[in-house]
Amino acid sequence: MCDTCGCGDTKIVPVDVHDRILAGNDRQARHNREHFAMDGVLAINLMGSPGAGKTALLEATARALAGKKRLGAISGDLATDHDAERLRRAGIPSIGITTGSACHLDAEMIHHALHDPPWERVDCLFVENVGNLVCPAIYDLGQRCNVVALSVTEGVDKPLKYPVMFQRADLVLLTKMDLLPHLEDVSVAAIRDALARVMPDPRMIAVSARTGAGIGEWAGWLEALG
Amino acid sequence: MHEYSIVQSLIERVEHEAVARGAKRVVRLWVRLGELSGVEPDLLATAYDTFREHTICEGAPMELDRIAAAWACSRCGGELPSNVTDALRCPRCHAPATLVAGDEILLSRIEMEVPDV
Repeated sequence: MCDTCGCGDTKIVPVDVHDRILAGNDRQARHNREHFAMDGVLAINLMGSPGAGKTALLEATARALAGKKRLGAISGDLATDHDAERLRRAGIPSIGITTGSACHLDAEMIHHALHDPPWERVDCLFVENVGNLVCPAIYDLGQRCNVVALSVTEGVDKPLKYPVMFQRADLVLLTKMDLLPHLEDVSVAAIRDALARVMPDPRMIAVSARTGAGIGEWAGWLEALG
Repeated sequence: MHEYSIVQSLIERVEHEAVARGAKRVVRLWVRLGELSGVEPDLLATAYDTFREHTICEGAPMELDRIAAAWACSRCGGELPSNVTDALRCPRCHAPATLVAGDEILLSRIEMEVPDV
């Protein structure tokens, strides 16, 4: 009768929670999404391995969409502001997020970054995520679409090795196509086949930031999203 | 190694539930992890054992329930064979498949010691 005598007896009870562990990040991502919707900003989460050509792709995108769309970027790296600097030189207002040891960007980092520049005057905001094919895939940032850059030099079985990243991609950009003639063991058909085994409805555009091949189709894909 | 940041969110969530119920300690917790969640079970277990020291979870082992990936047709709803290694399309109507299980990162249950009132 501990409720009356105050002896401090306890009992062990099960509590059913059944909630996503990342529910806090999901809430913040929903909030970011509301910001983007309110300001008419198309937010794209651009992911890929280190060196897949994400920054070069955005530089080429800026050239293709000059005068048509106002672009902005948030660029994440463990250290240095190099990518954001490159993007600013390409005419894309950009800020860098240095994550220290964190291997991905999360929704709170993006929200914090949104407080600085006037993002509401941007039509399309690219979040250039930390180069990594694992961790960034599971953090919703509030983006409309996930785009994954995969370079031809990474090998045809990359999608099979990192299925989660590709399963969550709305579009895969096959980059560095200008190098394809130098790669005997790589074919676009084999990459397309690997994608179909991890993406139910694979969409891929082959591009070269260097020659500009495919960049028009990619720009068209972006413009079709509004 | 996002497993460490997941453990941080997990412990915060458990603390929140424990405080809300006036729990004296947490005894055990259950986590459901999908095959395609992007979280490695062994790394999560290591991260949990490292970070639970000096938290409310210190004496609470974590039970991991692993959930296999399951796909169903987006048109007819029929389930795809569980060992699908081919294109992720329905073998009958060829429509793209939808993931119906296997992306879970869930805190499903906490066992805690509360005042007997």
